[in-house]
Amino acid sequence: MSREEVFEKLNEVFRDVFDDEEITVTDATTADDIEEWDSLEHINLLAAVEQEFGMKFNMGQVVSMKNVGEMADIIISQITV
Amino acid sequence: MRELEYPFDGELILKKSKKIKRALLEERSDFTEKRIAVLGGSTTHDIIRILELFLLEEGIRPVFYESEYALYWQDVMFDNPELVSFAPDLIFIHTTNRNIVFPAVSDSEEQVDGLLAEQYDHFLVMWEKIAEVYRCPVIQNNFDYPFYRLLGNQEGVCPQGRICFINRLNEKFYQYAREHGNFYIHDINYLSASYGLDRWADSLYWHMYKYACCMQAIPVFSHNLAKVIKSVFGRNKKALVLDLDNTLWGGVVGDDGQENLEIGQETPMGQVYSEFQGYVKAQKDIGVMLTVNSKNEYDNALAGLNHPEGDLKPEDFVLIKANWEPKSSNTTAIAQELNILPDSLVFVDDNPAEREIVRAQTAGVAVPEIGTPEQYIRVLDHSGFFEVTSLSEDDRKRSEMYRANVERKVQQERFSDYREYLLSLDMQGIIRPFEAVYMARIAQLTNKSNQFNLTTRRFTQAQIEAFAADPGYITRYGKLTDRFGDNGVVSVVIGRKGTAADVEIYRRGETPDTADGGDVLHLELWLMSCRVLKRDMEYAMMDSVVEACRDCGIGTIMGYYYPTAKNAMVKELYQMMDFVKVEENDTGVTIWKFEIPAQYEKKNGVIRVTDKE
Repeated sequence: MSREEVFEKLNEVFRDVFDDEEITVTDATTADDIEEWDSLEHINLLAAVEQEFGMKFNMGQVVSMKNVGEMADIIISQITV
Repeated sequence: MRELEYPFDGELILKKSKKIKRALLEERSDFTEKRIAVLGGSTTHDIIRILELFLLEEGIRPVFYESEYALYWQDVMFDNPELVSFAPDLIFIHTTNRNIVFPAVSDSEEQVDGLLAEQYDHFLVMWEKIAEVYRCPVIQNNFDYPFYRLLGNQEGVCPQGRICFINRLNEKFYQYAREHGNFYIHDINYLSASYGLDRWADSLYWHMYKYACCMQAIPVFSHNLAKVIKSVFGRNKKALVLDLDNTLWGGVVGDDGQENLEIGQETPMGQVYSEFQGYVKAQKDIGVMLTVNSKNEYDNALAGLNHPEGDLKPEDFVLIKANWEPKSSNTTAIAQELNILPDSLVFVDDNPAEREIVRAQTAGVAVPEIGTPEQYIRVLDHSGFFEVTSLSEDDRKRSEMYRANVERKVQQERFSDYREYLLSLDMQGIIRPFEAVYMARIAQLTNKSNQFNLTTRRFTQAQIEAFAADPGYITRYGKLTDRFGDNGVVSVVIGRKGTAADVEIYRRGETPDTADGGDVLHLELWLMSCRVLKRDMEYAMMDSVVEACRDCGIGTIMGYYYPTAKNAMVKELYQMMDFVKVEENDTGVTIWKFEIPAQYEKKNGVIRVTDKE
């Protein structure tokens, strides 16, 4: 899966979770950019991403992830193994 | 909504909860509001988010109070004006094995016993405080098993083992539940096993977010919890509407003949159907009525049900519809003949086309996707249509009572004069103030009667007990027995002694908080089970209320009718009781007045009524 395709799918997940069809994420997107993205919604978001890509984040990754770009990197590294 | 019916896709629900909620709110408007306090020993945010969906699906619109993180005990035990003013209709205590202090392997057995008593008391004092201050139903989790076993396979054997400790603590919880009404266990021990303990207890969710179970398990958790809540609030289903061919046995009786049906121990498929018949038959014992809705010649249907290997027999069914009518019309007819609403029915049919017709044509009927024969039991069971929260004598006898009703109808056809028919029933009524043995049944009736219900007010058992104890109220329950059987408690009236000026409050659909006495009786609740419609029991109740009024110097009775989607049948009840209509507003609320005459002539002349047990 290409990085573009990963972002396309991520956009869908973000739109579902935050119930907002306008959202488009980029490498630099962080929780500060999306109003409803608080620590509680974060859990739900990660679960939805895991389901979409059929992978799981481990605790170390969850703790260190800084923005959507890093999230995409982890996804790509796990699904292309 | 299909997305929320078992078997559901939990991850989809988690992801699209906002959209699903919007759709639920658009789908209907007749929600009952319930105030639910969730007191957690771990994070509860997403449990509440998903619980809301499953409750909306049951017609309950929840308003939540959520304790601060892990402050479940403090919230109850210390003065908490916020929770007091929230006035919960129900309290849910979400504790798990993460909230237990476990024994150490080096502890002596006495130390373990001491620790067990201490842990139990921690909960006991909290439950007692709730019973005293909040007087509302409580749902309490039992404990799930931990995700590792220090003592391996001996964990359940050694008193120091965590599994042994949890089993003993759970048993103490169950004992408390057996001894206290209004207290219900939410069985997460079973739920976690059914879900898969390793996945359930994924410790990432505890260490990252302080969730006691994994995120993906939350939909099954909230679904299971919603089932208990709707049952506590009297929203269980009442009857199964069952197809026959390939649902209760393998094969088509009309084509294959009785002798070639698959049922019994000879073949694997026969065994599956036998187990299913046994499961269905046992539903009767928890108060579920069984009916048949089959496209068949009637005689063929009976032949199938009389199969020597079958558990279910024709007499297990309250009604058998075996004909060539559309299944949707049969389903509607079953609801009418049993005097229950379509939304009390569960339609079980192996044929997806029939399910679709019933789903489309008879709004409100539950139509589960039951899968293949070996899945039928799991789907019905996990759907929780008939979730048991209290098992009353009435539940066990329900089928018998409805069968007697069908026999009464046969009897009725033999009489040309209705009064003569009623007299032939040899009816005996007992009408008395509320008393302890019937409180559970009175609460059950109060929370589930929709049709013959003038005010549709819902009360918890605790509130009902409070009315019974307060001299400012007149309470009456009515039992009815006849030559075909005992109908049990079928009618309930609560009247509040007040003044003429109180009408102002009742006009708004509200009730005064206290009963200060007075010479006007305001009827706050008057309802009757539809199983005794047209038996003149309502007249007997009226007579009893009038007598109670005269005994305490009350000369006027005020009646109120608040229309709902379901109670049109009693719109003119007060008129029949000789009340005079004094008011009608534009929302259909009517207010009625009855001045008790010096010579009151009893309205019931067919039921022999006594006030002795």
